[in-house]
Amino acid sequence: MTGLLRGRNFLPLRDMKPSYDVVIIGGGVQGLSTAYYLAAHHGIKNIAVLERAYIGAGASGRNTQVVRSNYNTPETIPFYKESLQMYSTLAQELDFNLMFSNQGEIDLVHTDDSWRVENDKCLLNQRMGVNTRMLTPSEILEVCPHIDLSGGGKLPVIGASYHPPCSFVRHDSVVWGYASAAARLGVHIHEQTRVTGIETDGGTCRGVVTDRGPIAAGAVLSAVAGWSSEVAAMAGLKLPIVTHPLQAFVTEPVKPVISGLVCSFDAMLYISQTQRGELLAGAEILPYNTYSSRSGFDFIAECAARALMFLPLMGKARLMRQWTGLCDMTPDSSPILGESEVERFFLSAGMGTWGFKTAPVAGRSMAEHIATGKVPTVMKPFLPGRFRSDRMVPDAASAGTH
Amino acid sequence: MGLRIPCPHCGLREYSEFGFGGEVRELESPDLERDFERVYLNDNAPGPQLERWFHAYGCRRWFTITRDTVTNQIVDSTESA
Ligand SMILES: Cc1cc2nc3c(=O)[nH]c(=O)nc-3n(C[C@H](O)[C@H](O)[C@H](O)COP(=O)(O)OP(=O)(O)OC[C@H]3O[C@@H](n4cnc5c(N)ncnc54)[C@H](O)[C@@H]3O)c2cc1C
Ligand SMILES: [Zn+2]
Repeated sequence: MTGLLRGRNFLPLRDMKPSYDVVIIGGGVQGLSTAYYLAAHHGIKNIAVLERAYIGAGASGRNTQVVRSNYNTPETIPFYKESLQMYSTLAQELDFNLMFSNQGEIDLVHTDDSWRVENDKCLLNQRMGVNTRMLTPSEILEVCPHIDLSGGGKLPVIGASYHPPCSFVRHDSVVWGYASAAARLGVHIHEQTRVTGIETDGGTCRGVVTDRGPIAAGAVLSAVAGWSSEVAAMAGLKLPIVTHPLQAFVTEPVKPVISGLVCSFDAMLYISQTQRGELLAGAEILPYNTYSSRSGFDFIAECAARALMFLPLMGKARLMRQWTGLCDMTPDSSPILGESEVERFFLSAGMGTWGFKTAPVAGRSMAEHIATGKVPTVMKPFLPGRFRSDRMVPDAASAGTH
Repeated sequence: MGLRIPCPHCGLREYSEFGFGGEVRELESPDLERDFERVYLNDNAPGPQLERWFHAYGCRRWFTITRDTVTNQIVDSTESA
């Protein structure tokens, strides 16, 4: 009930300038980190971030805070590795407590086939300097004593891949940390400001139209995740993106029972324990595209049943909250970063279920790209043109659901 | 309660009984450019969407409905081929 009574805290509305060097659409971690790096690294401070609702209203305030680098292609591993490294010192850089907490990840393995896949991943990770290795069942219990290795009698565990660097970072703090650091450098953050149109002139983007009036801009970045197709359509573009909802739930807080992230790809499940003590569980996206973020009892029933297979003591905890966020899914489960077919209109999209952990590296790369026109090496595999040129970066299995 | 899909053969059923076939896109492919668009690009637009479903745990047939992607209301469920 308190949720109904709680008011929204908006930043004070300030006047919009008629023109900015860079206009960023979307006040999530991607838009705000790009604004911060543009101002901090490139001295571009005449920036507006336009957010339809409040900062963190999108998936950035709804995700399950997993930051890890155990991906499975030579393109994705360096990208996620760099982002995790940046996250580990970001609190100092932003002068904001992000509650960075290194806890490790266990990916449970149930079949010989998935053992081979996970083992291959470990080898590639190690070759690229990422700490991921296989565990035997008894080693799993050393890390996480409460896991039921029989999988509730339904999905026995024969081993796991273990990724010690996996960490959690408080999502709201990342939003507010980037926002306040950017604002200190002079970036204008306009909440309750919706972009309704993109101004183009001979194939070049010139600015945006908002429900508070038009703004001219030297560059426009769309960083609206689940709403990427809608905003791109304003510039006449169609994207290889479909918007699917992802849900999660937490129980009431309990004493510490699991450390880190425990996943089963075969069961499409992941569980963790938040710093407040809540047991958190998540599963896969809903199979159909929608802009509705209504949560469903069907998810709770299914996801809780899966969670109980591996963490039976969760059955004693009462369920407290569930929620839903929108994910902009791409055909290869990798992000789309770079200038679009419309000049000076940039895309930070395709963040899917993986775009919280990418915020530092994607924001920094995108800032350099917008400021200098260069394409940083880590970002190169993720340019928007890769689908046309048949250079996809398929990594759905490691992108997983978190 | 999850989304319920009106199967023209079986009536209103839980979405989990179905396979989702995505929004309906044109099938003609006169050239590579069109193929690219057909394979990769989606409207993914808010509002009414013509889409296909496969009733896997039912009549095992494909059918087409119109669903509003903002409200999830099924706007039209007249069957086409
Ligand atoms: C349940 C769940 C769990 C997840 N778990 C993880 C995880 O563990 N690790 C991970 O890395 N990722 C995870 N993700 C994915 C991650 O949260 C997202 O990829 C990421 O937050 C996207 O950030 P963003 O800044 O691109 O978009 P968002 O945070 O969605 O922000 C986009 C913003 O754009 C605004 N907007 C939209 N249209 C307009 C408009 N026309 N004008 C102005 N503003 C507009 C919206 O209001 C919104 O605030 C999860 C997602 C969900 C839903
Ligand atoms: Zn049927």
